[in-house]
Amino acid sequence: MKRIEKLEMKGICKSFVGVKANRNVDLTIEKGDILGLLGENGAGKTTLMNILYGLYMPDEGQVLVNGEPLHLKSPKDSMKAGIGMIHQHFMLIQKHTVLENIALGYAEAPFLFPQKYMRKRIEEYSRKFGLEVDPDKKIWELSAGEQQRVEILKALLRNADLLIMDEPTSVLTPPEADELFEILRKMIGEGHSVILISHKLEEIISICNRVMVMRKGEVTGAAEIKDVTKVDLARMMIGREISASYEKAALEPGDPVLEIASLSVNSDQGLPIVKDFSMTVRRNEILGIAGVSGNGQREMVEAVTGLRRAEKGTVKLQGREVTNKSARTIHNLGINHVPEERIKFGTVANLQLFENSVLKKHHEKPYSTNMLMNYPLIKNHADSIIEKYHVDAASINVPVKNLSGGNMQKLILGREIASEPSLLIAAHPTYGLDVGAAEYIRKELIHARDRGGAVLLVSEDLEELFQVCDKIAVMFEGRIMGIVDPSDCDIDDIGLMMAGTSVGLKGEKN
Amino acid sequence: MTVTILPREKTSALFNALILFGSLLAGLVAVGVVFLAKGINPFFAIGEIFTASFGSAFGFQETLTKAIPLILIGSGLALAYRAKFWNIGAESQLLLGAVFATWIGLKFGPGLPAWAILPLMFLAGFIGGGLWGLIPAIFKVKFGINEVISTLMLNYIAAEFVKFLVVGPWKGETKYGYPYTDDLPTQAILKHLGSTRISLLMLVIAVCTALVLAFLVYRTRFGYEIRVIGENPEAGRYAGIDFFRTSLIMMFISGGVAGLAGVGELSSIHHHLSYPETISAGYGFTAIIVAWLGRLNPGFSILSGLFFAGIIVGGDAIQMSMGLPATTVNVFNGLILIFLITGDFLLNHRVRFQRRVL
Ligand SMILES: Nc1ncnc2c1ncn2[C@@H]1O[C@H](COP(=O)(O)OP(=O)(O)OP(=O)(O)O)[C@@H](O)[C@H]1O
Ligand SMILES: [Mg+2]
Repeated sequence: MKRIEKLEMKGICKSFVGVKANRNVDLTIEKGDILGLLGENGAGKTTLMNILYGLYMPDEGQVLVNGEPLHLKSPKDSMKAGIGMIHQHFMLIQKHTVLENIALGYAEAPFLFPQKYMRKRIEEYSRKFGLEVDPDKKIWELSAGEQQRVEILKALLRNADLLIMDEPTSVLTPPEADELFEILRKMIGEGHSVILISHKLEEIISICNRVMVMRKGEVTGAAEIKDVTKVDLARMMIGREISASYEKAALEPGDPVLEIASLSVNSDQGLPIVKDFSMTVRRNEILGIAGVSGNGQREMVEAVTGLRRAEKGTVKLQGREVTNKSARTIHNLGINHVPEERIKFGTVANLQLFENSVLKKHHEKPYSTNMLMNYPLIKNHADSIIEKYHVDAASINVPVKNLSGGNMQKLILGREIASEPSLLIAAHPTYGLDVGAAEYIRKELIHARDRGGAVLLVSEDLEELFQVCDKIAVMFEGRIMGIVDPSDCDIDDIGLMMAGTSVGLKGEKN
Repeated sequence: MTVTILPREKTSALFNALILFGSLLAGLVAVGVVFLAKGINPFFAIGEIFTASFGSAFGFQETLTKAIPLILIGSGLALAYRAKFWNIGAESQLLLGAVFATWIGLKFGPGLPAWAILPLMFLAGFIGGGLWGLIPAIFKVKFGINEVISTLMLNYIAAEFVKFLVVGPWKGETKYGYPYTDDLPTQAILKHLGSTRISLLMLVIAVCTALVLAFLVYRTRFGYEIRVIGENPEAGRYAGIDFFRTSLIMMFISGGVAGLAGVGELSSIHHHLSYPETISAGYGFTAIIVAWLGRLNPGFSILSGLFFAGIIVGGDAIQMSMGLPATTVNVFNGLILIFLITGDFLLNHRVRFQRRVL
């Protein structure tokens, strides 16, 4: 089969009930290109790529490969044409092995001894592109980065010439992201091309050779990367520059809100993952937890919020012991929580937006009284979240699954921040948000602090931590490596601690 | 030839309604084909079904009589299905309701006036059905046992238990060789409306139950919580919803209303406990289709219950007049369920057939 030399999308239009997701979009990509696709949340990036992948059918417009029109009616057609897509949420079967997942639906596998054949193919491709995976491991045993490699292998083995990646780095640790980019570079060296959706401008600058910006369903700009800077990109996207620093009121930390002492927690596999963890978060304070994900951050947060059992140690909230209390009891004491896997935990996809706007608060006044839900009031509440947090949705009556990824997140953030909790725990709050929205959320976190709240911010984005935190604790293998003051410490030291090296610190030790 | 199934990206209210009527129509066409194969004019036969059930005063009375248990059970099942709890055991929940009510009726009935014994029987019936519904809920939440299997199996257990009672310890002294319990005393029997077999009280209870359950699902906190845990149990956990408690209450209610239907059948129609097939006539299974046709809205079970009651009555009628086998109605119901579920699937998915090109 002929390879993709040039792929064009021409005049693509697609509307959903009440939304025009794509209006007259043109896109061109040639062999060897890495095209960055940039745009605000809800701009229509995922929709456009779903059309290219054959998942959605465009209302108007066409796709041409090497000048020939393509009729894409399902992902099978686009795979046949050499187009592969990796969604933000992986589509792998957790209980099967890597090999089984790749072999599934693989047309060329022989009838007899398919494993042997597949193993050979997998090894060949792993070597060629530097995609290291153990074919016999079960998917659930793999990290997000490894799972992504499986997805890439799967696409490549199906002869994907053009690989579409929708926000691939939002689930990766920074070193994993670097590895991914290495793989992508190898791929273009082999004559493949890549479309990369990302909200991280520096990523686009460092890996792409061309960029295209979308806004409200339309293409608003395109450029060669060598001609633009990060500031230009931000301006192309949101029409203004973004702040590099954030203003904070000069406030002394107040009384302790959350006190964790010698906490130990087990992972899903039953192994200790948080070990003897102690920490205090105070009023008027944003405490950041830096660390490569998988070092116990999620489990620590789950134990604090009552979603996971603490094996040892105590958790105190405003002086009251809440260790191993139920999630509802803890929430009622004034903790709000933006979970890490927010699409999975934080929303109910098939329920409507307004119903989701009170999830976890649905049992509280005024949203419900005497066991009855006050839906008119809940709808007003949903309206105000949408407005304040710029959630882009056709109406509050749409099922949440119809929102774009970033808008789902904004809804959850709005819901959790708006009720002014005494402690807000936010895990990776700006993942998947466009730069404008991320800036807004950071300001809101600071606002929550200035108002007298305490904030626990788990993030891998060091820049973000430095911009908003009053203190940063670095977590490695379930322990705190050190707590530092961001105004008086070196970003490289934190990087070292995140990798498990202790450094002589100038900063305080809590 | 390959088949590709994709999620459907847009649906509208109109499309929804079209699919619903389309599937009903397709179901009727399929039934027509069955009639045709038997050498019967399908238009005539289907026409007969509806005239027999809705076209005459007598037929309509029978339809209402049969609609009562279907509405009750159907609305209870809609509640369970909202929480994605696939309760297939309404048949046995009905039986247990009848068993509990029989016990109360026989034991305390003779000494109490109607205003005291009837509410006691309803209460006992609700508790009986509810407790039987709790068993699969506990199995599921505590041990992860699939509720489809457990509820189905419990149907057999309950049926055997009732058989055991009526031929063994509860066998009526006045019933000679028959496998019946003694008749309930007159004050424990529900009065009929005129010369019909309709108990007005049961009809009111059935309609009110359906409306109350609809209110429960769409207006109360409990309804919100069962929808959340049904759609996404992980989010339910995050939201602090007690999965165990909520599932148990939900199944107690779902089983309980089936138990009420059992009390109605016992006290209004049969007056004594007898073989399980006599007491229920498969209402617990037909009600599954009632719940689906009502789009899992308990309130709509009133209409869909009436519709299926009509099909049962009309089916019985043509079975006699045209000499069809007794299972005709089951074929009818089964076909309609298949088309309803297919319609539901098509509502949410796009299916493509493609020729395989190499
Ligand atoms: N299946 C759907 N039904 C209805 N509306 C939809 C559907 N999918 C997307 N939309 C709407 O189309 C618009 C574009 O969504 P899309 O997912 O393409 O945005 P995006 O650019 O990928 O945003 P993000 O950066 O947040 O992921 C949004 O307003 C969204 O609400
Ligand atoms: Mg998207």
